[in-house]
Amino acid sequence: MSPTSSGGAAPPDAPVLSVRDLAVSFGAGRVVRGIDFDVFPGEVLGIVGESGSGKSVTALAISGLLDASANVSGSVRFAGLEITTANPEDLRHMRGVDVGMIFQDPTTTLNPVLTIGRQVTEGQVAHRLISAEAADAQAEALLREVDIPDPAARIGQFPHQFSGGMRQRAVIAMAMAGHKKLIIADEPTTALDVTVQAQVLAVLARRRAETGAAVILITHDLGVVAEVADRVAVMYAGRIVETGTVDAIFRTPRHPYTSGLLRSLPRLDTVAERLQPIDGQPPIASRLPSGCAFHPRCAIGRERPECQTEPVLRDIAPGASVACHFPQSEAATLPARIASEARGARGAPLLEIEDLRVHFPIRSRLLRRRIGWVRAVDGVNLTVHAGETVGLVGESGCGKTTTGRAIMGLLPASGGRIRFDGEDITGLPRSELRRIRRQMQYVFQDPFASLNPIRTAGEIVAEPLRIHGLYDQMGGDIYIGGLFEKVGLSAAMMGRLPRQFSGGQKQRIGIARALALQPRLLILDEPVAALDVSIQAQIVNLLQDLQRELGLAYLFVAHDLSVVRHICDRVAVMYLGRIVEESTRDALYATPVHPYTQSLLSAVPLPDPALRNARRRIVLRGEIPSPARPPTGCTFHPRCFRATARCAAEAPVFASYPGLPSSVACHFPGAAE
Amino acid sequence: MIALRYPGAFLGVTFLAVLLLASFVAPVLFDLDPLAQDLAAALDPPNAEHWFGADELGRDILARVIAGARTSLVTAGGAVLIAGAIGVPIGLVAGFFGGWRDAVLMRIVDVLLALPNILFAMALIAVLGRSQGAALVAVGITGIPSFARITRAQVLSLRSRDFVVAVEAMGGSAGYAMFRTVLPNAWSPILVQVVILSSVAILLEAALAFLGVGIPPPAPSWGEMLRTGKSYLYEAPTYAVLPGLVLTLTILSLDTLGRTLARILEDRADHAGDAA
Repeated sequence: MSPTSSGGAAPPDAPVLSVRDLAVSFGAGRVVRGIDFDVFPGEVLGIVGESGSGKSVTALAISGLLDASANVSGSVRFAGLEITTANPEDLRHMRGVDVGMIFQDPTTTLNPVLTIGRQVTEGQVAHRLISAEAADAQAEALLREVDIPDPAARIGQFPHQFSGGMRQRAVIAMAMAGHKKLIIADEPTTALDVTVQAQVLAVLARRRAETGAAVILITHDLGVVAEVADRVAVMYAGRIVETGTVDAIFRTPRHPYTSGLLRSLPRLDTVAERLQPIDGQPPIASRLPSGCAFHPRCAIGRERPECQTEPVLRDIAPGASVACHFPQSEAATLPARIASEARGARGAPLLEIEDLRVHFPIRSRLLRRRIGWVRAVDGVNLTVHAGETVGLVGESGCGKTTTGRAIMGLLPASGGRIRFDGEDITGLPRSELRRIRRQMQYVFQDPFASLNPIRTAGEIVAEPLRIHGLYDQMGGDIYIGGLFEKVGLSAAMMGRLPRQFSGGQKQRIGIARALALQPRLLILDEPVAALDVSIQAQIVNLLQDLQRELGLAYLFVAHDLSVVRHICDRVAVMYLGRIVEESTRDALYATPVHPYTQSLLSAVPLPDPALRNARRRIVLRGEIPSPARPPTGCTFHPRCFRATARCAAEAPVFASYPGLPSSVACHFPGAAE
Repeated sequence: MIALRYPGAFLGVTFLAVLLLASFVAPVLFDLDPLAQDLAAALDPPNAEHWFGADELGRDILARVIAGARTSLVTAGGAVLIAGAIGVPIGLVAGFFGGWRDAVLMRIVDVLLALPNILFAMALIAVLGRSQGAALVAVGITGIPSFARITRAQVLSLRSRDFVVAVEAMGGSAGYAMFRTVLPNAWSPILVQVVILSSVAILLEAALAFLGVGIPPPAPSWGEMLRTGKSYLYEAPTYAVLPGLVLTLTILSLDTLGRTLARILEDRADHAGDAA
């Protein structure tokens, strides 16, 4: 981030925003339960929490956007205005003139039928800050400030003509137009790819430094917080459990929840043998535990009698406060991580993919004639050995999920060979494929969507056995109960419906279902991407335990490079339908040789504020092009910092890189300097 | 509890229950002969002996309304059964497989949809002859398109959901995915359609009878009574008005019930999302 941003020193001025004892409830659900904080001019306050912690509702309460069903008490003072009781006209003025808002999904924030230029200046025109005649020039200037190329032409375009990252930049331009005093950003980069996230965070930081606005950054991503925030407030079950400067929070977390979160996080910069998850599930607002809401999951409190009363947030050091009866002392820092060795490949290959291609036809609207191809997967080579984990990493649209589904036979391959256990399975008839599918199972990304909502958990796990007619042979209910225990669920839960389980539990059911047929290979499609950090660690540990116990091979498809580093033995990086670099985990993360891998790794925000300025980061130009119209030559050349004329003309071959166990598709491979 | 939350639907269900009970149980318990003539009582206004009055042949109108309810309900029920039994599988196959099957099946459905209901039913009755069975089949066929379309829309949205893809990944056949996974998840809008189509079928059956092509006399039917009753509007206004009122209340009850059902199912779907 910019070196001018003050590192959280004692703020000199009066706060821009003061929140006192704010509580919000919806019916019986007490979502926010009495929080206090101040935001000072020019600072970035990060509010961190898992889903259901009340962080987004807090943002809505601050901006006065809660609907009538919400019960609000307490006080939110912004520039002399009491927001909880303000009349709609004052609120409208406040939101138009003084406060800018950035929401998670730029696609739904922008109105699809208005031009970008019109929307960016709409608020200013409505509040008569600028004249309608000056609006176009102003819109152009605003888009230029957020690095949108060719702003003069872009102001006349509609949101669907913008890519996701450009849309979010347009939203930032809109939120920061004029002289805003406060920007509320609710998960502003969660919907974006990591290289685009880096661009957007850079724009946000620069615009913040230029305008001097205060920013409330709400996120679940500790890496983003460490990268951007000056001060941090950690929320749990509707309360702030800890506040402090970003350095203090990450170096010496006082609350067991904060330190638990940091411990459960897989890291890009180190490898731990095992993650340390927080036990249990985050509580639901309508059914909070008595006393300290965290005590059922707490490693310190547990049965101590003090924890039966809810602790208040109290100051324990200048600028630091914590709501815990047993705050950890200065010395209680994070344990050193023990490096684990990646295992080498062994035995015969279980899955071999040669030159796999999956192309989808693009049809014209009128006559449904084929007018082109989307080359979703365009020549992928990959090998998975028995018992190893191979990571397939890439940003959205790179074809990693398509590759996984084509291997499963869920999508037809347009070309290439897939061999399983030495047998060519491409183009096998359905009945033969059925036999192979017993050996190879799939775990879906979204545990909410992948379980049949009207079947009980027991029926869902038993379904593959019933389909293959093996239910009784495998031992019926007793076997299913055993699978439940194996994935860390109680067999007593078999009769429940999916909606009665939390996200992490649902993913456990999905894994139990995949294990039912005793496969040798699991294709894991982003199995932890939809889960909260503390739950993510539980599932990652479960997958590692199962692998050790059952000798499973995993093809781990993911976009999160930190999780991949933690779990995989070998890693392949995909870009636009092709693998650009493949290597052992340690070589790939230590010495990436493809410029795309290098920029990808440098774009991941690290949960360590000390590295904020020390790290050199490569911010890529532009975004992933459409696989329907891939660039000529090397498909990465338009975004590459090493590209030459040769890269635009000639596609590089995938070849091994001398001196490293890596293979790379690049004309100019080499370690980053 | 539910009755208090949805008072309209509660009243509707009560009315329909009374109607059902009356049409199937009352004739067993009481002496209600819809065909017994008493010419001396012809066109009598409502009185102690004939609660709804008597028609031009002195037949008891209440008995005929109750017997007519049986005609209406049986015709509507049979028609909905036919429409569902043909329409739901059409929608299921079209939505699940897509491609040429979808194109062919949905064009057939479009043709059916393009035919005016009444004209089509009249044409069919002209071929099959005037009978309750013919009316039932005619009304049933006109109901096929709505079932097919609603099922197809529902299947299309379920088809690409992960839990359906998961069945394929497990090695399940298309038939298994279609009938065991997709269809049980598609029931709620189909159920609502059953209620809505019942009211449409009752109305259509009455219209056919009113036009004189429904169930042949002297068998009682609401549409037939309206048709004859309108000739005596001056002499005996209750003759046409009371059967008309029962018909209106039946349609109203079914529509309210259908709307409430849709809302309850929608709420439940939302709620399932919340709890997750």
